Amino acid sequence: MSGSEVVIVGGGVTGLSAGWWLARSGVKVTVLDKFIVGWEASGRNGGGASHYQSPLFDEEQRMWPQMDELLGYPTEHQKERIIIAMTERQWEQYRFVAERHHRLGHPVEVLDVKQVKEAVPLAGDNCFGGVHYKFGGHANPQRSVQAYAWALQDLGGKIVQHSPVTGFETAGGKVTAVKTATATYGCDAVVVAAGPQIPQLMAQFGIDIPLAPARAEMIITEPAPMMPIGGVDGHKLYGRQTMRGNLAYGGGPHEWIDVDATGPKDRPSTPLMRNLASRLAELLPKAAHLNIIRSWAGVIENSPDGRPIIDRLTSPDNVVVASMSGVGFGLSPASGHAIRDLVLDGACSFANIDILKLSRFDNLESDWREKRGWMPIS
Amino acid sequence: MELNFTGTDICAVNGTRSAPEAHYGLVVVGAGPSGVAAAIEAAKAGTKVLLVDENPVSGALMGNDVPLYFGGRMTAATQNSERMLEAIFMSMPELETAMEAGVELLLGTTAWGVYRNGPGVASLPEQVVGLADAERSWLIGFDHITLATGARDLAMAFPGWNQPGVMGAAALQMLLTRYDAFAGHRILVLGSHDLAIETAIMAHARGVEVAGLVEVRDAPQASAELQAKLAETGIAIHCNTAITSAKGGMDGVEAATLSNGQEVACDTICVAIGLIPSIELVDAMHGGRSLNATRGGYVPLGEATVSAVGDCAGLADTGFDHVAYRMEWMQALTTISADDTIICQCEEVTRADLIGVQPPNYLSRPDPMCARSLDTLLQDGPANPDQIKRLTRAGMGVCQGRRCRDQVAMLLALESGKPFGSIPLASHRAPVRPLPMKIMADWNEPEAMSAAWDVWFGIPTQWVPVEDLGTQYEEDHRQMLYTGMYE
Repeated sequence: MSGSEVVIVGGGVTGLSAGWWLARSGVKVTVLDKFIVGWEASGRNGGGASHYQSPLFDEEQRMWPQMDELLGYPTEHQKERIIIAMTERQWEQYRFVAERHHRLGHPVEVLDVKQVKEAVPLAGDNCFGGVHYKFGGHANPQRSVQAYAWALQDLGGKIVQHSPVTGFETAGGKVTAVKTATATYGCDAVVVAAGPQIPQLMAQFGIDIPLAPARAEMIITEPAPMMPIGGVDGHKLYGRQTMRGNLAYGGGPHEWIDVDATGPKDRPSTPLMRNLASRLAELLPKAAHLNIIRSWAGVIENSPDGRPIIDRLTSPDNVVVASMSGVGFGLSPASGHAIRDLVLDGACSFANIDILKLSRFDNLESDWREKRGWMPIS
Repeated sequence: MELNFTGTDICAVNGTRSAPEAHYGLVVVGAGPSGVAAAIEAAKAGTKVLLVDENPVSGALMGNDVPLYFGGRMTAATQNSERMLEAIFMSMPELETAMEAGVELLLGTTAWGVYRNGPGVASLPEQVVGLADAERSWLIGFDHITLATGARDLAMAFPGWNQPGVMGAAALQMLLTRYDAFAGHRILVLGSHDLAIETAIMAHARGVEVAGLVEVRDAPQASAELQAKLAETGIAIHCNTAITSAKGGMDGVEAATLSNGQEVACDTICVAIGLIPSIELVDAMHGGRSLNATRGGYVPLGEATVSAVGDCAGLADTGFDHVAYRMEWMQALTTISADDTIICQCEEVTRADLIGVQPPNYLSRPDPMCARSLDTLLQDGPANPDQIKRLTRAGMGVCQGRRCRDQVAMLLALESGKPFGSIPLASHRAPVRPLPMKIMADWNEPEAMSAAWDVWFGIPTQWVPVEDLGTQYEEDHRQMLYTGMYE
């Protein structure tokens, strides 16, 4: 299919990575975004890249250390992660996860309090211990999304911003064009990676994609002294120290919302910042005096089992749907590769991703959101 | 696992939030003349009123040019919070009047965020304002909030501006009048509109030597009356002139060099080119605002339960186009200064890196990165300061963009050849003042929130490793990491 045209709906990290992988294979790629690349959850997350639960994990781990060089732009990728337990229960849970890594051959080390304090200068005596993942890592979401976008442009791909997709043209069981308010983009294949807007877009084909959007929040502090490993979290927080030194952390209760066909109406943060602050001050007590300088929220779509949906449809048969269900940033180097394979070859070349197929939801009840309590507050 | 079931999502925020500590009919933020007047009026009408003011702010905040552009020119007296409190009461007798009228007054108390239900959030028990003092933070519910947050200084970059002694006119006026704590002796004033001349006259009257005023336009901009008053002092205005650099030593500014070649000895350069209505709270709560060039910038539109008074609602409209005036200054300073002039002091972003859309120095700049610039970015869409911030870090520092956000927007307008009003306003985000984590922290978290807390969404199937599905370990994972979403 080299030389053909693929239109990607959604310039988040998943769509951009898919576009970059396709462009590397010589495909002409056009990415359409409703606003600016990476403006939603792709540019607002914790930057983690240690998704050992996913079939895409090995490829994620293989790719990240190469991404700066392959893309040609800095992503701020850093290796490894330390997870600190602040309660007896967390200590039990984190050691369980460590044991599981050990069983599967992922290098981990269990740290006692003294070792935690040596490895994490901002930690204190108030912890129970920690687990050091000698794999995984984290990167800067905002810089990485732009790096994907620029890298695919460097390979001849196009980024069209401020262009929400309004519909599709079909013929002979295939999508032949993607429409925006001002233009029509002819195509041989389509990737729909439009996050929470996927259900509304796919409804045009009579296909039900079960996704529920929710809002989650993060905070960031002024720079702290640099720690040897920036990927420090735990205490039921996710986050990282940026290469500038800022502590960027999230976690805690989410709010289920509804999203328009045009995207989230707004993504406000709330006083949850205070609860994030108390947890982060407990996790890193030697940073408790640092100023919080911003907070923000993002909208994440979730599938019923919390796992991504990456699938090529049977009708129209030239459409690949990709929703990462809240774990998209870290997995992006691998999800893009999988999407590229589905578009060009019809199957993923490097992992069995059957678990990510849409058909697992064939028998899902139509009121699954209500039954889970995943509905907006009325 | 079975996908069809009936359960409750205990990790959702529903019903888990802290309730506000108290509720007022009216909360007024800012105890300047307009705020005090609004508070007294409401209290006299029988409303339960809380009036808060962040002053005196801590010395640490002043050192970061928060909330005003103090430029490090405050005396050690500002470190003494008791003396500062006394100074505020001495300078503002109407505060006593307010308290006598029944207004509850909290000084040294910052309003760092206003929150209400609306698009994207429906979980707040009521509309609240977040407050903090030197000890802790808390929430207050309200029926109505009046923002009397005043106006902040517009900073302007020139070589040497990033040293002690370069400050704003609002900060200087506050140090001179409210605190009697200005550490400078001889000032040069940039600008010649009303703000500049009023500041020069005030400084002169309080015994500060004024070395002159500098004006880029060919004539003084202030009202004839103010010009006449200034003339009585003998202070000169250098027209058709900009500042080319500030020289300094260990204590900061020692002299300024002007574009007419003159060198002016001074220990303080007061940037009095303009004030910006302080709409941080309105913008952070996603309230309506619009650009009004004759009222100093973006001003709140006003809503049923949110209003703005005083300079926060816009500077007095004299017909003067503040935006055009600032843009002329920016154009002049950009033309005569080198590209390596720092624009964002916190993150040390130069104008070249800003316009080059380049990352900070601690990141590598491979060839493709070097080939990128604002020009290439503009091919993808119009300039957006929040995008520039992500890529260059300009505005990401501890001063929360107070010193550079307006300059970044002006530079983007100049470089993209678009009117200032076409450049989106860079987002303001809570907390609208830098606040220490331990102060912001909710140390009395409701049990319901602690129980709901999960690192992510609490969907147990999300975290079972794919290798373990269908094995004995699947149930182990659910038992161990399960937060309670599924029954």
